[in-house]
Amino acid sequence: MTKQVTLTIDGKQITVPDGMLVVDAAKLAGIDVPVFCYHPKMEPVGMCRMCLVEIGRPMMDRNTGKPILDDKGEPKLQFLPKLETACTNPVSDGMVVYTQSEKAKAGQKSTVEFLLTSHPLDCPICDKGGECPLQNLTMAHGPGKSRFLYDEKMHLAKNVPLGELIYLDQERCIQCARCIRFQDEVAGDAVLNFDDRARSTKIVSLSDPGFDSVFSGNTTDICPVGALTTADFRFGARPWELDASASICSQCPVGCNITFNTRREAKADGKIVIKRVMPRQNEQVNETWICDKGRFAFHYVESKDRLKKPLIRKDGKLTRTSWDAATKAAGESFAKAKKNLVVLASGRLSNEDLFNLKALADQVDGKAVLYSNMGGGDLTSLVGVGQGTNIGEMGKGSTIVVVASDLYEEAPIWYLRVKQAAQRGTTLIVANPRETKLDRYASFVIRYAYGDEAKTIQDLTKKGKIGDAFVKAENAIILFGSEGLGLEGSTALATACARALNDTEHAGRPNNGLIGVWQRANDQGAWEVGFRPEENLQAVFDKADAVYIAGADPFGDGMLRIKNAKRKPFIVVQDLFETETAEIANVVLPAQACTERDGTFTSGERRVQRFYPAVPALEGAKPDFAITSQVAKQMGVILEGTSASVVFEIMVEDHPSFAGLDYAKLAEVTSQWPIVGRGDLYYGGTTYENKDGLGVQLSNAAQRGEKFSLPRVQKVLALRPKENKLLAVPIAKLYDRGVTVSTSELLDQRIGETTIALHPSAAEQFNVNAGELVKLNLDGVSEEVRIKIDDTISAGVVLVPRSMGLPIHEPVEASVRAIKKAAMR
Amino acid sequence: MAYILLRHRDVPDISNLNVYENNGGFEAFKKAVTMMKPNEVTDLVKASGLRGRGGAGFPTGMKWSFIDSKSWPHYVVANADESEPGTFKDREIMEGNPFQFLEGVAIASYAVGANAAYVYLRGEFWQIAKSLDEKIAEMEDAGLLGEKLFGADYSLRIYTHLGAGAYICGEESAMLESIEGKRGQPRIRPPFPAVKGLYNKPTVINNVETLTNLPMILANGADWYKSMGTSDSAGIKIFSLSGRVRKPGNYELPFGTTFRQLIYEHGGGVQDGRSVKAIMPAGASSSFIVVDEKVLDTPMDYATVRILGADLGSASVIVIDDTVSIDWIINKTIHFFKHESCGKCTPCREGTYWMMHLIEDFRDGKQTDADLLLNVAKQMQNKCLCPLGEFSTMAVVTGIERFPQDFRKA
Amino acid sequence: MSLAKKYPKEVKQILAKYPLEYKRSAVMPLLYLAQREEGYITKDAMQDIADTLEISLTDVGTIIGFYTLYHDKKEGKYRMQVCTDLPCALRGADQFMESLCANLGIKVGETTPDGLITLEAVTCLAACDRAPMFQIQSGNGLKYYEDMTVDKTMELVDTLKKSSAEMK
Ligand SMILES: Cc1cc2nc3c(=O)[nH]c(=O)nc-3n(C[C@H](O)[C@H](O)[C@H](O)COP(=O)(O)O)c2cc1C
Ligand code: SF4
Ligand code: FES
Repeated sequence: MTKQVTLTIDGKQITVPDGMLVVDAAKLAGIDVPVFCYHPKMEPVGMCRMCLVEIGRPMMDRNTGKPILDDKGEPKLQFLPKLETACTNPVSDGMVVYTQSEKAKAGQKSTVEFLLTSHPLDCPICDKGGECPLQNLTMAHGPGKSRFLYDEKMHLAKNVPLGELIYLDQERCIQCARCIRFQDEVAGDAVLNFDDRARSTKIVSLSDPGFDSVFSGNTTDICPVGALTTADFRFGARPWELDASASICSQCPVGCNITFNTRREAKADGKIVIKRVMPRQNEQVNETWICDKGRFAFHYVESKDRLKKPLIRKDGKLTRTSWDAATKAAGESFAKAKKNLVVLASGRLSNEDLFNLKALADQVDGKAVLYSNMGGGDLTSLVGVGQGTNIGEMGKGSTIVVVASDLYEEAPIWYLRVKQAAQRGTTLIVANPRETKLDRYASFVIRYAYGDEAKTIQDLTKKGKIGDAFVKAENAIILFGSEGLGLEGSTALATACARALNDTEHAGRPNNGLIGVWQRANDQGAWEVGFRPEENLQAVFDKADAVYIAGADPFGDGMLRIKNAKRKPFIVVQDLFETETAEIANVVLPAQACTERDGTFTSGERRVQRFYPAVPALEGAKPDFAITSQVAKQMGVILEGTSASVVFEIMVEDHPSFAGLDYAKLAEVTSQWPIVGRGDLYYGGTTYENKDGLGVQLSNAAQRGEKFSLPRVQKVLALRPKENKLLAVPIAKLYDRGVTVSTSELLDQRIGETTIALHPSAAEQFNVNAGELVKLNLDGVSEEVRIKIDDTISAGVVLVPRSMGLPIHEPVEASVRAIKKAAMR
Repeated sequence: MAYILLRHRDVPDISNLNVYENNGGFEAFKKAVTMMKPNEVTDLVKASGLRGRGGAGFPTGMKWSFIDSKSWPHYVVANADESEPGTFKDREIMEGNPFQFLEGVAIASYAVGANAAYVYLRGEFWQIAKSLDEKIAEMEDAGLLGEKLFGADYSLRIYTHLGAGAYICGEESAMLESIEGKRGQPRIRPPFPAVKGLYNKPTVINNVETLTNLPMILANGADWYKSMGTSDSAGIKIFSLSGRVRKPGNYELPFGTTFRQLIYEHGGGVQDGRSVKAIMPAGASSSFIVVDEKVLDTPMDYATVRILGADLGSASVIVIDDTVSIDWIINKTIHFFKHESCGKCTPCREGTYWMMHLIEDFRDGKQTDADLLLNVAKQMQNKCLCPLGEFSTMAVVTGIERFPQDFRKA
Repeated sequence: MSLAKKYPKEVKQILAKYPLEYKRSAVMPLLYLAQREEGYITKDAMQDIADTLEISLTDVGTIIGFYTLYHDKKEGKYRMQVCTDLPCALRGADQFMESLCANLGIKVGETTPDGLITLEAVTCLAACDRAPMFQIQSGNGLKYYEDMTVDKTMELVDTLKKSSAEMK
């Protein structure tokens, strides 16, 4: 344990760990020292000079090493003539700090006055108005009247776009460098910096596109004034008009804790709408950060295209009908189909939804199929990371392996946490066939050929230094993804990972075990309740008599095709939108979005977390679990359909991993560090304090001490690039054409065109050039796409992004060919 | 008396390696490497009483002894940024007597166990950097730099690094940032460079003039050095004399020389036979010394000048005669600091800008007194991150307080 | 063309000065190199340096903004940088500058119509005893001119004009 030291701040005695900064110690003692540049998640820089305090240190006798005492027997204190910054000075034993003395207050007051000499007092129209420390401090300290003549103020540019997402008001900027330091130290994307110097110092981003980082939105939270705003929220609303509801981001398996800020809005016919998404502190999951996808991709729930009425196919056309009629038609067809019922659902749904769907399938011996082409979720139930896992605490002595995943694109906050762990001394091993951003922080980078994933992990423990780093680590985690893999390949990879962890006793403990970098937020939850993906979805579909598709658009994604129109099964679709799949359905059931109801998600780290309703439900739509219950009722089956928490309780009975959990437990919070959200919001930024639950990690079989055996690693016949052919491999992009991204006008600008990447030699071989539009032939299907040349990938492959309109879910053979240039007009 | 630092004035062509060697050059470095332990060199320098010539006057040997010997490698950085208005001594040393300076760098490096040293020159010293690069190459060819020097287990490389126009880079931590390829903004201290300096490694930073003393101290001993100067400030100093004197220039003199001797004996007196109104003994960062006959007889060393309410600093003595108004002077200094503020901390960035407006308003007649200006300057004091901000207030506060008559407009 | 291709020897020498893991240190010397030909640094050159040193374009560009001797815009072929700081001003630098402006027919900060000279006022250049003085910055370095008079300066301008015409 670190040494503890005792000091006195404004007369309060407090004992804190050695090395803590005075400003943090004060915070613990309940004293808010005003800060601008200081942020508890970043290295102190002491540049804004807001936190000036008086610090006295006991004088020491050089010879005895003991404190010198005054006549009263008290230790004599030494104060410097200068005021000191509370944010850069570490505490020491016997220290005495005055944060409110005349001198300290005068110092703080002078900093506020200096800042105001060049700050426009446009609070009434500033987005930060109401949650702005400069405004608060001006009230507290500021001079009543400016001694600085207003017409001499430096007038600088307002509304400077730093990219599509973030705007800078140069006049409001107080040069605290929080945003710059966040991008450099925390995010690792050094795309912001100060330009010029002296009073002309200003923030710029020269990257292309501007502010090229998926973490950019966080800078608007930690900006202590209204200098940085999101293109989304600026001028949108005043902070004090907003209501806040706790939620969980549904964009990726990290499970970031978020808050939806909502307001009743005239523009929206007096409806309550979401104004912005903010991070909510959960130090074990996302700390105080979220990525830009999580922040900006909420607009889909407000889309005009949402389904509002059940539909049924009449005379070949989908027409509006009643809930009763729709669910009756669905229920009857399911009851008739019996074991030929296929329930196909995705990890976009909550645990409760999936549990009910699985229960319905089980009633008739039907099949519950997970809409995913990634395997291994059963293995994470056995050897997933143990309860108490917190990547944020991993440091020296730990090893993290990331294989077949580009975390920056697939799970940004994991990228950030793994990077941070590596910087704290964790040995990071990144194994991927191509360069990814995480390589920069890796101690070891392993390159393998697509197809060699499982083998690479099997060989890992035998690999000299790298092997030792894994085997001998006190703690070891493997994050596995599905880059370049289909179901078969990823299952083999997951098995190899599970075995490696289990064999080296890195299972069943906190900070040890397997994590799946799933494609959706609740894939893990789907596995837990018994959903399984299918290798040949088309075959399963073709054999089915009835199909119940929830939260998935397999026809839109090119995963399913109608092969035999005569033997087409009865299709029931439950969704937010009239997807391509819905268009061919027999019955369509409108579901509520997760912003409109409550429920739980299970993250990739197997943390079960609650989300709460933020806006009133769309009239006509219902929660998925309730719809399923209604359909079941028509089949004569009783499934809980009124309360998500009751469904959860029933689910807990059925699944030992969930033992002991209920909604109340999930809503518990313990105190967290840093302390955010007190009177001085800005200390940690405007991140929301977590009052609604930190969630609970599921136990796993290894941790429970159960006996289990892991399957053998199946040999997969990997495709290899052949002469005159390319091997097309799927990769993930954060901003893809998924409905959640493309409905956000802001993010839509960042998606860009669909491009595939080729090695220069392959480009030469196929006679195509960078930037050219080409025909890509994927296993027989031909598409027009643009070419990017990338010399960091291997020669025989072509990288094809998933969810960008190209039908790719596993490696396939491919070729490209130049489109004949149209004759000059 | 023979020159100790400006030896090129005695020995023509001492900037040739041969000539330098024929005049005892590199004997001291060789002696140190082959016959002395590093800490013996440090002790000798401590005993000589040598204090840093970069401005702060910190005892050089003591600074070296702070270097953290648990963390390696170590670095030496020679501060050749020389940007304080009124200072032009390091430039003459490097142009005229470059090998003695480089030998000093080598000795300091040996003393603190550094195998690499950087000479940080202000960007305007482009020509000097070019010629130093050539001298360094000559030294490498002559076996004075490189691996296993003089057959001992010590190796050393010296590199130049050219700044690009920023006064703040003379501040040591900003200089380190600049060598690391960043914007030259100061770091908070602690940690001090002796613990975490260049590339986060223990680093000693010394001024060119400080370093150029070293070969002679090693050759002639601590007592010899201490026999010159005063008890407070041992040895000799180059005084850069500028302003309204007849013969401005560098004067190498023992500490304890009086202002009168410097200005009248060496500098040929004040232009046009006027009288001295004020002296800025440390360039633009100085406090003003109000000059009378008695003050002119003050011996110049660190302690005695402080009694006059100023610092000797780098001894760049700017002479101001009675034709000059102090508000004109501080208008110049404020503009200088406003231009050179790095922008990192609030009081300096905003304060210098504010002061600039106030002095302009005063000079334009928009303000009839300088009360607010004085108040703003004082408000900046003791609050800035690095000394530059504090420097910017010195002339303002002492100018207004010590020359009130120049700041009253009827 | 990249700097490494254009000046292979220089780039190698520059990189060799700094520890391998801190090659970012080379940004300043590389920027001088990039400025050599045109007297200013193009965006392409910045990107080239960023790639060489594995730092962001933003980090390279903002170095240029901090230091006054780097330029990202084309100005006169020669930048005449007159010191008008306190010590020089005490020795007549302001008057010198004024008559220089009159003789060149431009204001401080402007460039002569033939694109030859940009006149700038700068802070102390460590030549206080030889005022009036200035330095001339061109792509390929800096040179001091001390104890100057307006006449001597105009002669120099003529010489520069001639040599520059010959080069064309
Ligand atoms: C704003 C500022 C500018 C400085 N400029 C210089 C300078 O140009 N040359 C110099 O040697 N020291 C300068 N210094 C002092 C250095 O920070 C440092 O104290 C000195 O180089 C140490 O060397 P010394 O111990 O040999 O004096 C400056 C300090 C400050 C705060
Ligand atoms: S990292 Fe994932 S869970 Fe977190 S905010 Fe981004 S998309 Fe959401
Ligand atoms: S200096 Fe301490 S918060 Fe900025």
